[in-house]
Amino acid sequence: MRVLVAMSGGVDSSVAAAILLEQGHEVVGVTMKLWGGASDSGCCSVADVDDARRVAQQLGIDYWVFAFTDDFDAHVVEPYVAAHAAGRTPNPCIECNRRLKFDRLLRRADQLGFDAVATGHHARVVASPDGRLGLRRGADRAKDQSYVLYVLGRAELSRCRFPVGQLTKAEVRGRAAALGLRTADKPDSQDVCFVLATGGRRAFLEPRIGIHPGRLVDTAGREVGRVDAVELVTVGQRRGLGSAGGPRRYALAVDTAGATVTVGSLDDLFVDRVRLSGLSWVDSPVTGPVLVQSSAHGAAVPAIFDGEHVRFAARQRAVAPGQSVVLYDDDDVLGGGIAV
Amino acid sequence: MRPEAVEAMLPYLTERFGNPSGSHAVAREARKALDEARDVVAECLGAQPGEVVFTGSGTEADNLAILGAHASRGGRVVCTAVEHHAVLHACAALGGDVSPVGADGIVDVRALRARLGPDTSVVSVMLANNEVGTVQPLEAVAATVRDRAPNAVLHTDAVQAFPWLDVATLARPADLVAVSAHKFGGPKGVGALVVRDGTRVAPILHGGGQERDRRSGTHNVAGIVGMAAAMRATVATRAQTVARVTSLRDRLADGLLAVIPDAAETGDRSSKVAGNCHLSFAGVESEALLVLLDGAGVCASAGSACTSGAIEPSHVLVAMGVAKGRALGSLRLSLGVTTTESDVDRALEAVPAAVARLRETA
Repeated sequence: MRVLVAMSGGVDSSVAAAILLEQGHEVVGVTMKLWGGASDSGCCSVADVDDARRVAQQLGIDYWVFAFTDDFDAHVVEPYVAAHAAGRTPNPCIECNRRLKFDRLLRRADQLGFDAVATGHHARVVASPDGRLGLRRGADRAKDQSYVLYVLGRAELSRCRFPVGQLTKAEVRGRAAALGLRTADKPDSQDVCFVLATGGRRAFLEPRIGIHPGRLVDTAGREVGRVDAVELVTVGQRRGLGSAGGPRRYALAVDTAGATVTVGSLDDLFVDRVRLSGLSWVDSPVTGPVLVQSSAHGAAVPAIFDGEHVRFAARQRAVAPGQSVVLYDDDDVLGGGIAV
Repeated sequence: MRPEAVEAMLPYLTERFGNPSGSHAVAREARKALDEARDVVAECLGAQPGEVVFTGSGTEADNLAILGAHASRGGRVVCTAVEHHAVLHACAALGGDVSPVGADGIVDVRALRARLGPDTSVVSVMLANNEVGTVQPLEAVAATVRDRAPNAVLHTDAVQAFPWLDVATLARPADLVAVSAHKFGGPKGVGALVVRDGTRVAPILHGGGQERDRRSGTHNVAGIVGMAAAMRATVATRAQTVARVTSLRDRLADGLLAVIPDAAETGDRSSKVAGNCHLSFAGVESEALLVLLDGAGVCASAGSACTSGAIEPSHVLVAMGVAKGRALGSLRLSLGVTTTESDVDRALEAVPAAVARLRETA
């Protein structure tokens, strides 16, 4: 099989390429250049491209760089900026998977005659006894990345490979070290690749949408304080909203147009449901009892999905609008949507 | 590399490894080789030996010309929009002005004229473009500069021109002329700048003052000797090479244009160097095209490569007003001294097949 491996310059995709080679596939590595601006982390910096290329050289495989910066701007960066401007909390990595890795790159791979695209995600593609493909959590539960892959359907899964999904992170690093790969000890990337660690979201967003001070109001609408950056507040956030010696306050709602953040107690933050939009299913749409995960490394909690709302079995902290909510059956991803 | 260049270099990488700045016998041997190479390079560039400054690359030669001339004169800097990045970015570093080109890629002399004045100190106009091969009318540019910017020096980046054009004659109107060895069969990492007598350039590399205080750094003797040998061989056979490659290029370009629908040639072929075949295809992405061609044994390029290796949209095509969709589907097939009829045959087979595949699967 001809497999195109998306190599970020990290250890997982390095080992993914090595495993596919060991399995006898014809493997070519590619790094997507996604972000044209400054970057100090993630898969977009020149240093990471260097690492990916050097690993490809070590493995003796061909290696290319594809510039998808226009698509990344249009489908990932602009929506990320617009979400913050509207007081929502986006998951840009999920949009990157949806629009870049498993759409743009898959189409390019098809054009170039590849049978599949592989990445270093910790997740597994599994087939049921009747041959239907599913998406399962990675073997290393602590490193599982199935949450950011819920946007894949069976059509994409049939052309995807996640070779490190069967391994623990320690096993991945062990393999990399055994092969002498230069990325064996490279730290995991943590942050949004186009937001610099120095300066953070504020430095990225401020020149694009402006960052504005605003009012803090209680659930009755009375002003109880001020906040210096409405666009950076996330529902559920406590930091920066308290008053000295007063009760702890949590963001319940963010209204950027009105420059207002509604705050309340932890109890006020708890909800019994969340409505989803933009549903995406691995196979066919599902309703009924599910497990629900609403952040990349959050716990999955029991709930009922009625086709529009997730109704939690026990009240949960509110999901910030814009966040993806992923529905599971045990360890298998059913699909998900975006919290309204 | 040209075999003449490799052969000429080998002794200076092995038994004659002297530093020409020394005074002992081994050094004198290296000095002699350097002096002789300088004579050859000067003759091939229509300059006096004392006017030749050896550099570490064409980029360094361009930077020395622009930054060095500006440092000794002050004033304003102007270049065209289709210059190589070595010129474009050097001018930008000095806050320079960029002068437009027409849809044919040729500098708009009237627009240039409007940008010149008594305070203009450096004007940089390339002899032939590296992406689309267009040859610039240097004589007309020089006349305009003399008329409107009498205090300015004229620099020409002749890096891409040397294999194809009589640079010794065509670059005569320029005060500064940059070349790079690997473009004509010499080694990488060697270039030269002609600095005409009476033109002052301040050094950008400070040190031992090896090149009459215009450039410091131990001479790359083997590289310089290789450049001189490649230059001599290039000039000796240039007329035949141009005739042969022109007919290969015409067969290639005409062949591709005849069989590929919705294909266009960039620029006017009558004003391009022989080795340039630049086409664009609607509905095709260069990046994917290059991969398919590479697989078919055809090494081509598009735009220019950035530090990460990704292909950037070409500033040359943007300057020529080529629509973005077209620019993203461009292909540069470069022909050279070693290109054969069978290379052209292979490209005539591979390019239409690759374009068709990409259009089918788009």
